[in-house]
Amino acid sequence: MADVILESQPDINADLSSDQIQQQDLQTEEMLVNMGPQHPATHGVLRVVLRTDGEMVLEAVPHIGYLHRCAEKIGETVAPYQYIPYTDRMDYLAGMNNNLAFAQAVEKLTGLEAEITERTKLIRIVFAELNRIASHLVSFGTYGLDLGAFTPFLYAFREREYILDLFESACGARLTYSYITVGGVTDDLPERFVDITREFLDYFEPKVHEYNLLLSHNHIFIKRTANVGVITAQEALDYGLSGPVLRGSGVNFDLRKQPGSGYEDFDFNVPVGQGEKGKVGDCWDRYIVRVSEMLESVKIIRQALDKLDGTEGQETLHKKGKTLKLPADEIYYEIENPRGQLGFFVRGNGSAIPDRVKARGPSFCNLCVTEKVCQDVLLGDVAAIIGSIDVVMGEVDR
Amino acid sequence: MAPEEIAEILKETFGASITDTEFETAHPRVVVTADAWPEVAAFLRDDERLQLNFLRSISAVDYLEDDKFAAVYDLASYRPGKTDSDAWALTNAVAVQVWTDRSDPHIPSVAHVWRAADWHEREAYDLMGVIFDNHPDSVEGLNGFHPRRILCPDDWEGHPLQKDYAFPMEYHGIPAVTELNQTRPIH
Amino acid sequence: MSWIENRFEEGLIITSLDWAINWGRRYSIWPMTFGLACCAIEMMAIGGSRFDVDRFGAGAFRASPRQADLMIVAGTVTYKMASRVKRLYNQMPEPKYVMAMGACTIGGGPYFKNGYHVVKGVDLVVPVDIYVPGCPPRPETLLEGIMRLQDKIKNSSIATDKWTGAKEEALTA
Repeated sequence: MADVILESQPDINADLSSDQIQQQDLQTEEMLVNMGPQHPATHGVLRVVLRTDGEMVLEAVPHIGYLHRCAEKIGETVAPYQYIPYTDRMDYLAGMNNNLAFAQAVEKLTGLEAEITERTKLIRIVFAELNRIASHLVSFGTYGLDLGAFTPFLYAFREREYILDLFESACGARLTYSYITVGGVTDDLPERFVDITREFLDYFEPKVHEYNLLLSHNHIFIKRTANVGVITAQEALDYGLSGPVLRGSGVNFDLRKQPGSGYEDFDFNVPVGQGEKGKVGDCWDRYIVRVSEMLESVKIIRQALDKLDGTEGQETLHKKGKTLKLPADEIYYEIENPRGQLGFFVRGNGSAIPDRVKARGPSFCNLCVTEKVCQDVLLGDVAAIIGSIDVVMGEVDR
Repeated sequence: MAPEEIAEILKETFGASITDTEFETAHPRVVVTADAWPEVAAFLRDDERLQLNFLRSISAVDYLEDDKFAAVYDLASYRPGKTDSDAWALTNAVAVQVWTDRSDPHIPSVAHVWRAADWHEREAYDLMGVIFDNHPDSVEGLNGFHPRRILCPDDWEGHPLQKDYAFPMEYHGIPAVTELNQTRPIH
Repeated sequence: MSWIENRFEEGLIITSLDWAINWGRRYSIWPMTFGLACCAIEMMAIGGSRFDVDRFGAGAFRASPRQADLMIVAGTVTYKMASRVKRLYNQMPEPKYVMAMGACTIGGGPYFKNGYHVVKGVDLVVPVDIYVPGCPPRPETLLEGIMRLQDKIKNSSIATDKWTGAKEEALTA
């Protein structure tokens, strides 16, 4: 039967000249490519529908919601101190920072803020900055993976495990800490924590130089990231971007440098994208901002540890957080998370359970720029752009 | 600039469209009518004194007892320092509250003012059911155009964050197990 | 290997062959990179330097379901994701195993109550071989889960085929 069908088919190239045949062979058609939700370069369950013409991406539409875990609805049914574990699971790479944001929002709303001791504030800063390093290490490692370099991942996870050991000694958990809670922290620092952290910082600081040698100034890496996915400062503000993505675009804005952040007494710089390898605001700039931020965090932790030495042990203030009544008022409060500005909107109604909890995830806002940036880029650059934005889907979908 | 001064400027320019202000709170806010909101938004962004160029968040809140929804827009102004190496400063910050009826919740979209509003409005529609008119990513539903859903699937029923939301007991053949009714299939 | 399965009765030759096949299978489990949520970070940690899952022959993480034997469902499965999980499972070649990693995939976990969009256990969608508890499970727990899966593979036989029914179901789905 097969022979019959073949014979009956006319030769479609019979009337064409060789030029026309060549043109026909080179002609490309628009195609829809579905990237994700199961894809190693999308950092979770992000789905991007790409309209491609050959190797060029004409349009990229992100689809989210594959990890929508109803965190805001649950926030309306539990008391704030019970909600702390859910904030851990929003941005699971930076649990401490998320705990801190929600705890501080509730403390500001209820007026508990004035009672937080100096030592508690310092402990919070130490853990928030340690977690920033851990989070940027994952970002650094997986960005290498996205672009085909496997070794940085192993290096990054080696150092990250030491930070997780520190967290484990303080609260017993590796990822979902719930250590910083409403009214303080759940427990005082364990014995020798300050010394071990200092040892770790001494060990870690030279490693960043190693990372730079390994990945940042690697020729292939620069070719893949420089001049790719450029976001201008105006676009970044317009799309509501924050964190390293905003700073990579040359906007020197960090909430930690603003008054009232708790970081007033600390001396550190804010790394900003300079366009060193290409244009300001390209993927390499966003990447290098993260790597440089790790060193700045080391500086902050050192200063905080020095200040910790003179302070007394923390009081059991966090027990007060468990009997807290929220006033019939609302608040919107933001802190600088490793990914950007994490905001919590909390509305109380006079009882212990809030009326409304809304989280402004920095990844959620940063991701919406993909549609703009992924226009007329090569297919391979899409992974580079999404990796450089460094999204955590738990926070995008909540 | 303090929120009170921003409210004064708005009252001078828009008069009756600014229906209320609240400053004795942890979240100082100005209440704007839904009709005037896009105009006010463009003014807030473009006015030399205000320059609220950054939309931080849109939080939709359900006031079931008042039979109303509110959308709260948190705005901020980021301004560059004197030289390039100086840090940018957060100079102004204010919240704008827009009320709408629960039975027919419509608020004009401001996605053309701040591009960041695009996804926030889609989220507010998806989870709370507030319809943002003239949204750039609208689809036609049973009751006219509304923003496309963002988190829940397109065929999801209801808006989960409403206070009277009925939880689904099944979705595309997958049972929703509750504490009282444990129905697990045997493989 | 469905061409060989269910063709023989148990006997001396078959059990010897079983021993050889199972030995090969259990020390070359290729998991799929299927990170959904927080647990995926711990799944990455076992691939990292300290825990090194390569010691158990399960370190070759494949990006495509068509090359994988083991689907580690690492994280919360939502209704929007459930159909994709099912499809990925159907795309995997036999023999295939599913590991439910973490409290969310076992039964909804912290999202059990008021989690309107969370599937209360991935076993409502695909059959599960190993349950690894924890929120998220420590990497050691996950390694233990892989060892238990190896035990399970060790005790299987080519005389009985558990995938015949699953295949028919996949074809009709």
